[in-house]
Amino acid sequence: MTEQIQFQPRITAFLCSWCSYGAADLAGVSRMQYPPNIRIIMIPCTGHMNPKFILQAFRQGVDGVWVSGCHPGDCHYVSGNLFARRRFVVLKNLLEYIGIEPGRLHFTWISSAEAGRFQEKAREVVHAVQELGPISRLVREIGPVREALRQEL
Amino acid sequence: MLELIEQIRDNARQLLEEGKVHCVIGYRQGSIPMRVQPHFAYSPEETDKMTWSCFCTQNLAKYLIGREEPTAILAQGCVTRNIAGLIQENQVKRENIYILGINSPGMVDYRKVQSKLPGRVIHEVLEENGHLLVRGPGYEEKILKRDVKRDNCYTCNHRNPVIYDQLIGEKGEETGGGNIDKVAAPWENLGPDQRWAKFQDTFKDCIRCYACRDACPLCYCKECFVDESKPQWCGKTVDESDVHTFHILRAFHCAGRCTDCGACESACPMGIKMRRLTSKIEKDIRQMFGFSPGLDTQESPPLSVYRPDDPEEFMLK
Repeated sequence: MTEQIQFQPRITAFLCSWCSYGAADLAGVSRMQYPPNIRIIMIPCTGHMNPKFILQAFRQGVDGVWVSGCHPGDCHYVSGNLFARRRFVVLKNLLEYIGIEPGRLHFTWISSAEAGRFQEKAREVVHAVQELGPISRLVREIGPVREALRQEL
Repeated sequence: MLELIEQIRDNARQLLEEGKVHCVIGYRQGSIPMRVQPHFAYSPEETDKMTWSCFCTQNLAKYLIGREEPTAILAQGCVTRNIAGLIQENQVKRENIYILGINSPGMVDYRKVQSKLPGRVIHEVLEENGHLLVRGPGYEEKILKRDVKRDNCYTCNHRNPVIYDQLIGEKGEETGGGNIDKVAAPWENLGPDQRWAKFQDTFKDCIRCYACRDACPLCYCKECFVDESKPQWCGKTVDESDVHTFHILRAFHCAGRCTDCGACESACPMGIKMRRLTSKIEKDIRQMFGFSPGLDTQESPPLSVYRPDDPEEFMLK
């Protein structure tokens, strides 16, 4: 039994309470299986998303961040996700520009009826972060301690 | 240059004597060579201290925020763009300010002058046509102004004031000669690891003095995110992660509003080139949304509006 245990990333998912959170709920109720690496935080709307939240997640050591909201035109607050779309593209480009790997940060639109899509995207996100391995950039850490812990595991 | 200074003082004095404005904001000579300070003239006599040179790197638009009384301001291209931005964001009332527009000659980076004369003391720097005459103990040297210009002034595209009530001198060249698309976002062609190395290297000297924030005319929040303590989004140490968080968020807050005036770089005591970050955002905004900030007082900042056909390729399909 020398097979290596596959790296299990920790992913923070910021899900809009009106759609993607409902999709996650529906996926659960429907007993659809998706990877358990995702920790969900409910937000009122993707328009409420602040780059601070994403950076804070990275700082605290999550390996990936996933933000999901309503399809364009379906926002409960009419246009929150459309404002968010502009901010996301600027932020994603900036983080990639400074050297955060493109696969760490993901954005999707998932409506509350699309449990299947939620399952599929959850798998995609986890797979992408798994390929990249643990995060080392932006993390607020007491360096040697974390490194020692990692080696011990 | 002397004529311009006379003209600035005359106009400022006239405005104060006529009682049109409460205060005139301009520049005065600093206490050491190559540095100028913001100057606030409240009486006609105080206008005698006003000056104008190629070392006026502070962005005076910053000082208009929160002023209730009518105020006059000396403004070159980038400053007028920032004033336009502040009017858009309802921080400044157009009828409350009187803009003395002036063509920017392209400002000089004092660090570059110093690096041309390593280890030598500089007593005085005078401007001649296209040259700087540097005097120190027992020497006098001529330096080409073009060689010591600030990076952002070299790639500037709006040297003439965009909005003004009165023009001082004449309109001049509009561009600095450099191509912004060639120098903006210098790490774009590198891989993630190299980018990260460059990013770390650029900000390794930061001492978190917030001079860049305080010099920036876009930073007027009552409470800055770095001062928030519950929850604390950004630690207060010079730990690498805290420094990085600060600079990423600072740059992001300027997205779609930054006019590339270079006040942050000029104010930095450690010589950090934060434009390497902000220029990337500026380039993105220009290419994705076709927007250059501060050219009109009526338009809205690009991140506070949307279009149905905004780019969406970055999202998981």
